[in-house]
Amino acid sequence: MKWISDKGLKHLLAVANDPDFGATKYRLLEEISHGGMGTVYRALDTELNREIAIKVMRQPEAGASVAARMVREAQIIARLEHPGIVPVHDVGILADGRVFYAMKLVRGGRLDDYAARNPGIKDRLRKFQAACEAVAFAHAHGVIHRDLKPQNIMIGSFGEVLVLDWGVAKINAGHQANGNPLEIDTLPLAKGKDQAARFDRAADHETAQGTIIGTQHYMSPEQASGEVARLDERADVYALGVILYFLLTNRTPGTGGDEPLPGPREVNPKVSKAAEAVCLKAKATAAASRYANARELAQEVARLLDEEPVSAYRENALELAGRWLGRNRLLVLLVLAYLVMRIFFILTARG
Amino acid sequence: MEQDTDIGGPEHRFPETRHSAIEGVRSENVEQRARAVTTIVESYWKPVYKYIRIKWGAANEDAKDLTQAFFTIAIEKHYFAGYDPSKASFQTFIRTCLDRFIANQKKSEQRLKRGGGQDHLSLDFNEAESELSLPYHVSEITPEEYFHREWVRHLFALAVEGLRTHFDELGKNVHFQLFEAYDLREDLLGEAETETPARVSYSSLAKDFGLSISDVTNHLAATRREFRKIVLTKLRELTASDNEFEHEARSLLGLKIK
Repeated sequence: MKWISDKGLKHLLAVANDPDFGATKYRLLEEISHGGMGTVYRALDTELNREIAIKVMRQPEAGASVAARMVREAQIIARLEHPGIVPVHDVGILADGRVFYAMKLVRGGRLDDYAARNPGIKDRLRKFQAACEAVAFAHAHGVIHRDLKPQNIMIGSFGEVLVLDWGVAKINAGHQANGNPLEIDTLPLAKGKDQAARFDRAADHETAQGTIIGTQHYMSPEQASGEVARLDERADVYALGVILYFLLTNRTPGTGGDEPLPGPREVNPKVSKAAEAVCLKAKATAAASRYANARELAQEVARLLDEEPVSAYRENALELAGRWLGRNRLLVLLVLAYLVMRIFFILTARG
Repeated sequence: MEQDTDIGGPEHRFPETRHSAIEGVRSENVEQRARAVTTIVESYWKPVYKYIRIKWGAANEDAKDLTQAFFTIAIEKHYFAGYDPSKASFQTFIRTCLDRFIANQKKSEQRLKRGGGQDHLSLDFNEAESELSLPYHVSEITPEEYFHREWVRHLFALAVEGLRTHFDELGKNVHFQLFEAYDLREDLLGEAETETPARVSYSSLAKDFGLSISDVTNHLAATRREFRKIVLTKLRELTASDNEFEHEARSLLGLKIK
């Protein structure tokens, strides 16, 4: 029996587990992360001599539905050309049946790591707004992410915000917005009729009613109940609302068990009433009470950042006056100065 | 707190491959029981022998006798059937039994008497002994880690042999030869993870074997797939339950079964 050294053993462990890119132009360098569906590696494109990221199915036995999801994910991302969505360069199938796609390598950290560094609320809101805009772009093209969470939002080393992991995204077939709806109707990577049919069946299966897709605590009630057909952009708005809650409070949903979350201002008194209202409206239990899509939410956050009134919060007279005074501070000071001078002159004249 | 995505769907399991040998030792069927015992002995004798040599510091001949005696008595007294998967992994169970057995033997100094007069198992101790002279880093790991590593090494060596036999039987020797040239040539493996292995390329293999590059790619992929299947089958045989199998597969290969 052949003796296997430690080095050989390590290699065979990799052979038994790692995807084989030997026949491609890519060489895997290190694992960056892994999720339920795929593993992301830092890799080298040997033809262009540049580092890229490759996402590949974790195991060849994962099945046609995972393969179909990976292909769909690559196709969706490739067509969503937006600065907040990582561009895809290539997609393919390895000899062992694992689907992979190559994309731009983004250096940086996740949104939760960013929040752990304790930036101010305004900085957090700016990042959040950028994430909302990327999702809004997808919504405009009829794509619902369905798995938004801090772990799927990346802050690049230049402060850029990218929304990742579109593996469980849903394409809204009846979408009639201003953007061009995506039509992902073919899976050209499938080898032969049989595999294509398997992939198509798998893709159909993916949207089956009753299938729960997403991450607990970030899923809207309708998503958590498996009402796939009913899902629309507001499911993403809910997840964004939970992310906003996390950014405003630093509290990860679910850490308090099944207890309802306290209001953001109860956890962090520095949060304004308007920001709290935006957050609570976004993550309202009833879909009808939320913002209609991520664009509306992004606009609302922009108003928060500009210190303008938001639709989610009706200010009282005192708050309105305070806001007016805050926005017209110079004018108020000038008028006050003028009045003081007038009074001074009147008093002096009488004296 | 890490939050995992639930993507639902029924296709996230490996197919059930073979029955567990650990369950087989409890079978009423004599043949099935014998097969299960053979599988366990075949998979564990070498790590057991090396463990006795390294951890217990036994001399060559003593280690042979102790290994023989351990398995003989384990079979006679149905040690393996007493395994409770809820308490520990089978690997931990064997090592614990072995430690207890050697300690008792040392106390009573009865080992030769016990080993003598019993049917000896056919085990190639010379091979195991020669492997012990090869470079190790034993001092850097605990005895438990050593036992585990030797078990994994033996499991993979058995899988490589199983792979060779599989392709021999199919009359597809070229598959194994390609695997041997690409994945078993230790002199061509890189020293560190980040180092580029000075491995042969698929194109040079294609040239050497008179095949097209796509044939090399497909043959190697098929062979690796078979290798993975054999490893998992062996692992399934040596674990008592789905849970233990999944745990071992995860810790051994980093595989997520569910």
